[in-house]
Amino acid sequence: MTFPLSGDTALGLSVVFGLAFGWLLQRGKVTDYNVIVNQFRMTDFTVIKVMMTAIIVGGLGVLFLVDQGLAKYHIKDANMLGVIIGSAIFGIGMVLYGYCPGTALAAIGTGSIHALVGSIGMLIGGIAYALTFEGFKDGLLKVWALGKVRLPDITGIADPVWFGGLAVLALILFVMIERHESRSAA
Amino acid sequence: MSLPLFTAHTRPYRVGIGIGVLSWLVFAIVAQPLGITTALSEVSGGVTALFTGPDFIKANSYWSKTVPAIDYGTLFLVGTLLGGFMASLFHREFRIEWAPAVWSQHFGPSLVKRYAAALMGGFLTMYGARLAGGCTSGNGISGGLQLALSGWTFLVVMFASGLATAFILFKRG
Repeated sequence: MTFPLSGDTALGLSVVFGLAFGWLLQRGKVTDYNVIVNQFRMTDFTVIKVMMTAIIVGGLGVLFLVDQGLAKYHIKDANMLGVIIGSAIFGIGMVLYGYCPGTALAAIGTGSIHALVGSIGMLIGGIAYALTFEGFKDGLLKVWALGKVRLPDITGIADPVWFGGLAVLALILFVMIERHESRSAA
Repeated sequence: MSLPLFTAHTRPYRVGIGIGVLSWLVFAIVAQPLGITTALSEVSGGVTALFTGPDFIKANSYWSKTVPAIDYGTLFLVGTLLGGFMASLFHREFRIEWAPAVWSQHFGPSLVKRYAAALMGGFLTMYGARLAGGCTSGNGISGGLQLALSGWTFLVVMFASGLATAFILFKRG
């Protein structure tokens, strides 16, 4: 068998990978509106624990795979003005909705009616974007368009150093959060 | 003495490790990053085609590149929804939630209000994600773990914007 797989096997596996993703999101409690909104209110730190751990563990593995020629990177274009404006809009939306698109889908599965209602908003948002895309593609999306760049490329700092630094930062952050949480519980 | 590793306390970290390992598999086995909103815009295109017919979609400059189809991405969406369903059933946590507790505490029991906010919020997350090139999964986790500039910009700006929004929205109590 040669990797990456394609065709029907890959399509079948995509459902399995999706199942695993949705399952993990539910087990991590991030399908819960209250958990996500309370992260932004700084009274619950589940989201940051899940995300930082996923980024560091995922990143080290993918770095190894790419290094061994077993995988390649899939880097998105850094159209910086679009990324900055889009991310700011996303942050507002995520707090109003209480979900991001992935957790929303898994939350619908757990019985959240308001996640289902909001998913109609997401579909309309997708339509609105496609209908307005013509106006962006040669304008906004071309401002500060740096291409598919990675932090090691622009800083000259090597990948392992980045992950080492991130791991240390995450560890300090996690210890602070755990201390804070055990104090609040006591 | 055994360390209490498998407690509710360590669960967010264990789930984070799980998502990290899942990203290894997805990168290596099907050569895809984890992501949601590219596929969701395909679904948007599919829904639009029901009303306008397929020619309208083909002529659109966005959907002519992000072609609505039953493909890797859209099947992943189906899996994600089913995964949430199966996990909540298996662990007896499935329950119909009309409105969440934190919302009702702050904005009262009106479902109309909650659904208006959910619709508006859903719209903004999707529109923002497409403008940014991805959501928390595609840009935040997949971009973040590849040390992509777009991913880390997304993480920082999205978090700052969310903190400010929550501060304003939940100010009163």
